[in-house]
This record gives sequence, structure tokens and C-alpha cells, in this order.
Amino acid sequence: MSAAPTTNLPKSVAGRFGIYGGRYVPETLMAALEELEAAYAQAKDDPTFQAELSDLLHNYCGRPTPLYFAKRLTEQLGGAKIYLKREDLLHTGAHKINNALGQGLLARRMGKQRIIAETGAGQHGVATATICALFGLECVIYMGEEDMRRQELNVYRMRLLGAEVRGVSAGSATLKDAISEAMRDWVTNVRTTYYILGSALGAHPYPTMVRDFHRVISLEAKAQILEQEGKLPTAIVACVGGGSNAIGAFYEFIPDANVELIGVEAGGRGTALGQHAARFQKVGGGVPGVLQGTYSYVLQDDAGQISLTHSVSAGLDYASVGPEHAMLHDSGRASYVSCSDDAALKATVTLARTEGILPALESAHAVAEAIRLAPTMAKTDVLMVNLSGRGDKDMGILSKELDLKGAVANADRV
Amino acid sequence: MPIEFKKKPGIVAYLTAGDPDLATTRDIALAAIDNGADVIELGVPFSDPLADGPVIQRASERSVALGTTLTDVLGLAKELRAARPAAGLVLFSYLNPVVRMGMKTFCSKAAEAGADGVLLTDMIVEEAGEYLEAMHAHKLAPVFLAAPTSPDARLKAIANASEGFVYAISRVGITGTQQTIAGDAAELVSRLRKFTKLPIAVGFGISNAEHVKAVGEFADAAIIGSALVALIEKSTPAEAPAAVGQFIARLR
Repeated sequence: MSAAPTTNLPKSVAGRFGIYGGRYVPETLMAALEELEAAYAQAKDDPTFQAELSDLLHNYCGRPTPLYFAKRLTEQLGGAKIYLKREDLLHTGAHKINNALGQGLLARRMGKQRIIAETGAGQHGVATATICALFGLECVIYMGEEDMRRQELNVYRMRLLGAEVRGVSAGSATLKDAISEAMRDWVTNVRTTYYILGSALGAHPYPTMVRDFHRVISLEAKAQILEQEGKLPTAIVACVGGGSNAIGAFYEFIPDANVELIGVEAGGRGTALGQHAARFQKVGGGVPGVLQGTYSYVLQDDAGQISLTHSVSAGLDYASVGPEHAMLHDSGRASYVSCSDDAALKATVTLARTEGILPALESAHAVAEAIRLAPTMAKTDVLMVNLSGRGDKDMGILSKELDLKGAVANADRV
Repeated sequence: MPIEFKKKPGIVAYLTAGDPDLATTRDIALAAIDNGADVIELGVPFSDPLADGPVIQRASERSVALGTTLTDVLGLAKELRAARPAAGLVLFSYLNPVVRMGMKTFCSKAAEAGADGVLLTDMIVEEAGEYLEAMHAHKLAPVFLAAPTSPDARLKAIANASEGFVYAISRVGITGTQQTIAGDAAELVSRLRKFTKLPIAVGFGISNAEHVKAVGEFADAAIIGSALVALIEKSTPAEAPAAVGQFIARLR
């Protein structure tokens, strides 16, 4: 457990996770954040809102998602029993729809006709474009041009769904820059526009609200594992970009002190600043700071300039992390490890060939950690992996990065 | 050093420090002061300036690429203070470079450099407790932003927490040009007047003498940012100080 760093910032009341979180935004957005906070507080306690959300999650999105015992992978690894929480089977192919749907209903309730969102891997963009089609709302998605190139298929999907996709060429042309551009749009059009932020980060109330919409993952998983195993899991593993799938998978288990929570960050190509997106790793340059509205760990240089990042997965390629994870990290309740691009690619092949499941490259980071960890655990242990999304969107990258003949040899050597 | 606007409207000139380089920013600031700017807002370049439009964003990128740091900007402030003791000097920054240095350390160094005040773009009044304590300890003026979207209760808190002047954002949106100064600005200033006797400066989108004159009808000062930064962008470093000086002189 690391010592809690002291903050150089004041401790306000709103939206704090320990010393992290808060609201650090241009004044222009404050009225909108306060309006959103009030609307969400009301919706949260409104049975009509919750009933509609629940109905759509069930009948439109396909919840509950299965908790699947990965028998062949377990046998091959020879350790803990591995279960996969199948968020990849949700409508649109990732956990992102849980939040997009929740916020979309909220936007409609608030009478906002125009929706904006940012996206990294495109999964949040696709989810947002989907609910905008469903609710008949105008939709603009900001996406880094580098990510548009990497996730071309998702760009096409968003456009097919009727969304306008605006490329962002500033900075690293990835998720961070897309968020900045979306915030600029919001500052400009704040009176008419709802910003569906796609991860558990940004200014209060977003980190809390996004977590609440993904909490359904751990609510279901807890009931499912108790039914299937008669006990809680030994450990839960989830990938962490902004951290929305991980906080959703962890949340109901936080009070269960004997359930180990493990977040997996993008280790990219190496530990030098700019080569990874591992905010919590000691050697990597992650220091508490303020980026895009919240106080959390941020990859930055000594002068406080935000660092460029790298990950093979566009969805993990972000310089900061949700503030609730920063709190869980400092308190030691969750631990955070990193996984290299290569290990994630290899895990993709392994899961594809043992279970016939192709994970998203983001999720493959969690799978890689499970592959590393399971053999070190007892056969009576249960390891749950949140499979946050499916890999269809990554075909272009996989076909470039993987030598399939070589991958066969790699997969055999798991 | 109190911030004063002797002529109405006063002129606040925003410059991104280190664009095109620190020595040129110094010369530009001196030219601006000598041609009628009452206050210099010295912008700390930041990698992710999300409240700024493309002009200031590009200036920030250029300056960050040259390696300009907050420490460099404090050094520049010190030089300006020594060269022009009577001019108003406000440091303008996003939070992260300040947080990285340490809020108290920053305030101490800003005071030592001779700055009159500080404006932190992404610091709202609710979060400002320790910041205000450190600012007061060093007799620095905290300048806060007020937006047309801020309800009266927020304007009151902003006015109470501010010293030096209140920065009234002329319209919702990011920094950069606009055709006319919208009715938003006049309405915001008149709402702010209910809560403060401080001077009120209007910024965002003010780019010519006509805008400045219009702002003078209802506010104490006009803040010129993107227009100056754009002028610097299209001038050579050697031409920039004179170009900015002439531009400011023509605003009166």
C-alpha cells in the first residue's frame, strides 16, 4: 500500500473520492454540471426512470450478460477457475452501452436534443450513436484521427447509425484530444447540448454517474458467481483506460475485503514516458494532477505538461484515470498492474483458440493478466475476468500486428 | 501593486508566454504596455488548453514544444515587473502546471516575481479554498471568470472571491474571434455589478477598436487575447513587438 499523496488542491465537498475527483472546469460549464447533477439525482431516485432503463438494458441490450466458466482455458492454465463476465455479448459489443443508454435517457428527460460524445476505440461512440438513433437525437462524436485510422470499422458504424464523426488532429490525436474537443463543443453549445462522457472520469457528477450505470456488471456477477460457485471470487480482473468497465465490475465487491480487485493498465511498448498509458506504475510518470475536469493520477512531465501515451488498444490510450480508481489505488483496496501490447495480442489469440471468444484488445489486457495469474493460484480459487468488449473492431490491427503462423506457436506455449 | 484602469475602457493584453520565444514575449509585452495596455495577462502554455480556441491552442503547442515551463514564465514575469513597475501583471494558467509545482510554492514564487494577480482557467470558486488562502498570504489578487451561464448565486460567489478585477466572459464558447460583442456580455456585466465594486473586464472574442469601444459602454476594460496571438503568429519574431504595439495603440 502506498502512502496517500498530499494534494496541492483544496478539498471541496462535491464528487470526491478521498482526495480525488472534484470539479476543475471553465466557469461556463458550471451551470450545466449543476443542472446535470440535479437532474441525475432526481432520475436516480425515480422508479419510472429506473424501470425504463432496466427494461431497455434487458430487452434492447441483452442483459443480464452471462458469467461463463472458461473450462478449456482453465484446464490449459492449470490453476484457478476462470470465469468471463460476457459484456462483449451486449448490443453494440461492449459494456459502453450501459452508460450511453443511462445518460441518453437522462438527456431526453432534460429535454436536450443534441448529443455530443468522445470516443477512443469507438465503442462509446458506437453506443452513443446507437442510443441517439433509438431516441431520435442529433449526434456528434469526437474522435482522434489516429484512433479513426486504428478503428476504421467503428467510424463506419457510427456514420451508418446517423452520427457525425469529427476527427481531432491536435496533440496525439487520441482519446485525450477527443475529450478536449468535446469539452470545447460543450462550452460553446452548453445551453442546448448534452455531453455523454464515456468513462468514469471528468468533472463531478460524471465519475459517480458513469460508475452507477456500470454497477449492473458487478450486481449481476455477484449473484451469478454465488449461484454457480456458492462463494465469492478470489479475484476480479478488469482492464483500466478511463476505468469505467473496471469500476462497474469492482463496485459491488469493494466491501468484500477478501475479494482481490486487479486493474490492468496499458503497458504499451515500454516504461518510458510516451510509450504506455500506465498511470499507476511507479516508473511511468503518473503523478496526481488535474486533467479534463478531475483530480487523479496523470501521466505528465516535471513541468506539468500532459504526456503523450501509447497503447495498441485505442480504448486504454489515455493519460489520466478515473478518480475512484486513484482512491482505490492509494488505499490499497485495488491493485493496478500493466500489460504490454505484445502480451495483450498474445492473449487475444489464446482466448480465441481455447474458447472461441475474440476479445477486444482492451479486454485482452485483462485476459493476459488472468493468464499470468491463474497458474499461480489454487484450483479452488475463482478468478473472474470482465470481458468488457469483443474484438470485431480490432480486425484491422490484428491482421497487421499478428503473424498468425507465429501466433499458433505462441498460443501453444501459454 | 493594485490593478488599475486609469482610462476607460482599460486594455488587458493576453500573451502566451514563450510564443514565439521568451525574449520576444518580453519585448511584445513591453510594447503592449508602452502603447496603452494597462494589464498584461501572461499565459502559461499548457498541452491541453480546453477552454481556448485554435489560435491560442496553437500558440500553446508551439511554446510547449520549445520547452517553456511555469518556472520560465515566472522568470519572465520578474523581468517585466523590473522593466515596467507600474503595469498590471496577471499570471494566467491551467491548473496542472501549478498543481505540479505546488499551489503554495507557486503563489510564493508569483509574489516574488512581482505578479499582481493570478487567473486559473479551470479553478472554480467552490474548489478554491486553499488557493485563496495561499493567494491572500502573498497579497496576490485572485481573478475569477464569470460566464453568461453563471446564475446570480455563482456570480455573487465569484465577485466575492475576486480581487483586482472580475473577468467576464463575453459569450459562451471558447476563446477566439466573433463578429459582434453579443448582448450576453452587457447583461452579464450588469448582473455582476449588483455584487461588486471591482472593475469588470470583458474578454473572449474582442479583436478590434469597435469591439473595445462597445465594451467600454458597459464595462471597465476589454481583454484582447486571440487577436494578439494571431498577429504574433503571422509576424516574424523581429516584427511582432512593433506590430502588437501598433495594434494596441489603434484600440484607443
